[in-house]
Amino acid sequence: MNKFARKNFKIFFKSKGEPMLWLTGGGLVISLLMITLLLLLVLKNGMGNYWPGGIVYFKLKNGEAIMGEITKTEYYKLPDDKINTLNDEDKKRVLKNNGKEKRFLVRVGNFELSNKHFEWVSLHEISKQDYPAEAIVLERLEWGRFYGFPKEFIVDGRPVASDLKGILKNYDRYHNDVRKLWRKKVSIEKGEIGKLNHKIEKERLKLKEAKLELEKAYLSKNNEKINEAERRYKKISLEFEEFNKLTKNEYDKLINEINKLKANYEKYGIKFLTADGKEKEVKLYEIVRGYTANTLSFGNKMGIYLNRWIEFLTDEPREANSEGGVFPAIFGTVVMTVLMSLFVVPFGVVAAIYMKEYAKSGKIISILRIAINNLAGVPSIVYGVFGLGFFAYTLGASIDQLFYAAKLPNPTFGTGGILWSSLTLALLTLPVVIVSTEEAINAVPNSLREGSYACGATKWQTVRHIVLPRAMPGIMTGFILAMSRGAGEVAPLMLVGAVKLAPEMPVDSIYPFVHLERSFMHLGFHIYDLGFQSQNSDAAIPMVYTTTLLLIGIVVLLNVVAIYIRNRLRKKFIGSVF
Amino acid sequence: MTELLEELKNNEKKTVYDPLLKDENIIIDIKDFNLYYGNKQALFKINMQIPKGKVTALIGPSGCGKSTLLRSINRLNDLLDYVRVEGDILLDGESVYDRSVDLSELRKKMGMVAQKPNPFPMSIYDNVVYPLKINGVKKKSILDEVCERSLSYAGLWDEVKDRLKENAFGLSGGQQQRLCIARAIAPEPEVILMDEPCSALDPIATYKIEELILSLREKFTVVIVTHNMQQAARVSDFTAFMYMGFLVEYGNTINIFKKPKVKDTEDYITGRFG
Ligand SMILES: Nc1ncnc2c1ncn2[C@@H]1O[C@H](COP(=O)(O)OP(=O)(O)O)[C@@H](O)[C@H]1O
Ligand SMILES: [Mg+2]
Repeated sequence: MNKFARKNFKIFFKSKGEPMLWLTGGGLVISLLMITLLLLLVLKNGMGNYWPGGIVYFKLKNGEAIMGEITKTEYYKLPDDKINTLNDEDKKRVLKNNGKEKRFLVRVGNFELSNKHFEWVSLHEISKQDYPAEAIVLERLEWGRFYGFPKEFIVDGRPVASDLKGILKNYDRYHNDVRKLWRKKVSIEKGEIGKLNHKIEKERLKLKEAKLELEKAYLSKNNEKINEAERRYKKISLEFEEFNKLTKNEYDKLINEINKLKANYEKYGIKFLTADGKEKEVKLYEIVRGYTANTLSFGNKMGIYLNRWIEFLTDEPREANSEGGVFPAIFGTVVMTVLMSLFVVPFGVVAAIYMKEYAKSGKIISILRIAINNLAGVPSIVYGVFGLGFFAYTLGASIDQLFYAAKLPNPTFGTGGILWSSLTLALLTLPVVIVSTEEAINAVPNSLREGSYACGATKWQTVRHIVLPRAMPGIMTGFILAMSRGAGEVAPLMLVGAVKLAPEMPVDSIYPFVHLERSFMHLGFHIYDLGFQSQNSDAAIPMVYTTTLLLIGIVVLLNVVAIYIRNRLRKKFIGSVF
Repeated sequence: MTELLEELKNNEKKTVYDPLLKDENIIIDIKDFNLYYGNKQALFKINMQIPKGKVTALIGPSGCGKSTLLRSINRLNDLLDYVRVEGDILLDGESVYDRSVDLSELRKKMGMVAQKPNPFPMSIYDNVVYPLKINGVKKKSILDEVCERSLSYAGLWDEVKDRLKENAFGLSGGQQQRLCIARAIAPEPEVILMDEPCSALDPIATYKIEELILSLREKFTVVIVTHNMQQAARVSDFTAFMYMGFLVEYGNTINIFKKPKVKDTEDYITGRFG
């Protein structure tokens, strides 16, 4: 026997440590595997959601017919008494499958006709299955999807085509223009009328302010003051009436324009026949997208797929967020994250500099450090409660009292908004920034500090010119961590300003352009809303994945940019080690 | 060895001085200087006069307090709040440890070169003019001139003149150390303090730095800590031998190396020490 051969397991275990290698390596592999699986799940479901599927037509044995897209296929246990009622062929198949039967979840759409978005169909219920070439799927502004056979293309109530080819030709010819008209109408409603409403609101506030002044003057019982206030109030009232007349005119003009547009685009429509034999006319402007799903080439499908992604990224949500795009949520998330970084980074860095460079290291600083580290472990919802209670209800309410008294009892800053949200998240991520800045400052070699002092520099000059630049990459790391955490946080935002549907964006073209008091949409909250608050959950779940994918993508993108900057800083300020 | 220490501690024996020092013009006068790190005393009753315009070397086994003494001169030890000093150090007859002393003003008069090259995280140009910039010198013409003069003096100008705006970390170790020397002489100090400036460098870079030290002698007073006997012998005019916080022998380098008066100095120089 070789004299170096292993003697017994115990010694082998202690001396070689190979089992430890397996243990630690295994731990790593399991963690990686879980993360990879999670990403794959999100990727598969998120990416696949928008791929256009075919339309299936089921003729059922009870005489009914349903049509739609199959979204899920699964096996389920059929009760024994049910199996006995099946015909021989089905019975044999089910028994062969250990009593399990196959069933399909079909997205049948046509909600306004059938009150259903989805329907389960078991294999034994089907008498005939078909993929009709003339079946069309529509994505609509309202009521979700529509599945049907086109019958007539209608202009001004008269049919102009009644064969598939003719209808499609007319669709191609008019659809884009009609949609353009419709979009113009929406932009007038949102843009010009919105602006007008803002103006009216502003004037009304002026009037109200004058009235408040007048009331105050009456209370003071000072005749001079009362006279002054009365004169002012009268003047503003007159101005307001004048203004009202003017805006009424403007308003009427806009309404007129809208009506004209409406008349122009509402006359086009397509009459459809559904699988269960009902007739339904769909207006052309309501159709976001329509296609004959069963005759698409790969190129057509790719086009629809990309088109849907573009819509998702750039459009506003429809149908309780389960359709359309998430642009307001993307925008809100990014604006909120940027604001949060603007608050948290300077504060965190300054605090860390004080603790590391100025304060004498001792018990108090140690306790402070422990406290800060523990702050990172406080459940984030607590921050939300604090943000709501302190920022919105205390600070915001005071601001309202002082500057927005005329709007009360409607709160301006006294409720959740993007400012309070970003401040709350800044508080939440402060420990991360402080801790990583401290670490970065720790890593600055003392020889550099001494070199600077030896040149006659003061403490602040040393911090400013030597320590901070050198610690910058580490500070960036903290910033990255804070950003990732902040962008993915949902719970506190539910309390301090994220909403399901924000009527206005936090940044827009109305003066003063940045509206910090507004509530906003946030991707994280959007995911929560889709997944748990949605009426049409079967349609919403795929959107959850797609939105999650997008959120991950945005966080990764922000990270990549920050890491790029950090690496450049590192090259500049730390260089190679000699 | 222990005998000597006992004697020094009990104040029976004094540092042995070489009489030649008497003829020199004194710039730094260290008087009965004690230094404590917390409770631990690191320097004992140092009395030492450093001549102007000469190179003075501090030698001795590691941990004997050479760096501590050097850093006492420009008060870098003050950065540690647990350091306490007794006695005084005079620069040009003025107390360095006086309450009214402005540390920035003081350190402007003393450039320092550290053991490991410590270029700042900025460009070569900014490194050299850093001491001037923090003192409020803004005029570009002055900065440019100082930069060129200092770099030329440090023998680095020809090597870096085309990449002054580049990061200082791109230089080799020897170049970085010469850059640090250029930075130290930029504000035209009176004294340059060097703490083992060659210990992190290869022989060729070391040779260049030694040449540079010899040329610095014309304009500046140099105090250099070294653990390399040959280096001390090559570059210094005066040598001080320290041991365990005491100044044992101090005098003309030639005398110290040729015929040391104290046996321990001889043992240390010849490598029989310990
Ligand atoms: N920052 C410090 N804190 C506490 N003790 C120190 C410190 N620096 C040096 N010492 C101690 O002072 C003595 C002298 O150190 P030093 O001056 O660095 O020696 P040398 O430079 O001669 O090697 C050593 O015993 C060392 O342990
Ligand atoms: Mg030393």
